[in-house]
Amino acid sequence: MRIIYCGLIEYERAMKLQKDFVREVMAGAPGALLLCEHPKTLTLGRAYHQQNILVHSDELLCHGVTVVSADRGGDVTLHAPGQLVAYPIVDLKHRGRDLTVYLRKLEQTCVDFLLDFGIVAEQGEGTRARGVWVGGAKIASIGIGVSHWVTYHGIGVNMTTDLELFKLIRPCGLDVAMTSVKKLTGLSSSMSVVSEKFAGHFLRVFDAKNHSS
Amino acid sequence: MLKIILPDLGDGITQAKIVHWNFQEGQRVSPEDDVVELVTDKAVFNVPAPAEGGVIKKIYYKEGQEAPVGSVLADLV
Repeated sequence: MRIIYCGLIEYERAMKLQKDFVREVMAGAPGALLLCEHPKTLTLGRAYHQQNILVHSDELLCHGVTVVSADRGGDVTLHAPGQLVAYPIVDLKHRGRDLTVYLRKLEQTCVDFLLDFGIVAEQGEGTRARGVWVGGAKIASIGIGVSHWVTYHGIGVNMTTDLELFKLIRPCGLDVAMTSVKKLTGLSSSMSVVSEKFAGHFLRVFDAKNHSS
Repeated sequence: MLKIILPDLGDGITQAKIVHWNFQEGQRVSPEDDVVELVTDKAVFNVPAPAEGGVIKKIYYKEGQEAPVGSVLADLV
């Protein structure tokens, strides 16, 4: 698994980068984990319903939020600086071809990562929607795409994200409170540090080796 | 005759909704192509063309329809 730290990167540029890695992995290259942040962006998944954007497009512009269609599952979600976004490019042909198991492992990675900050989080199972939750609030949203059994898109974890921005939408189509590591703990670690922590948990949960040079 | 079948996508997933056919009846698909995009709760899944490729003879599910896992999505010749 190659670990790629992209820093703050435009959403569409990250999508293109993911597709490049997907082609490489389909051709036999090792998988990759892209870690990044995005400028303020609303992304519309394939289950998007227009009523889940709660404000007029003019107001989105005022907030400096761009809107992008995304070829992932799920409804609308928000990315913004302070949110750690992880895009694993994984060949599921070698990992049981099971989307549910993959989604659970990605959520488990996030649960384990949050424990490093003293946060006891849970996966969204049973009556809760998928994602990662702390009490009744959602801290991470998940949505993936798969081509030739190679994954792209992934999970966004709110570290220091401006939570006010979520009032622009019904996140994932749910009436739900969003939370962040900063809100829960007061901590605001650098994104490079938290990216490394996340990568470590990812490698362990997915039983993968780091092939980064 | 070759068939494009909705594969088992994993634990608890019994069906998926057709989002978009990237090819229409009469068009040739190659092994590297994603033929049809499907969506489940949190995943978009692109069904690949079979290794042999072929020409799409008949499509069985329209965009917006739900298809059960294991169903034939299209015939190829």
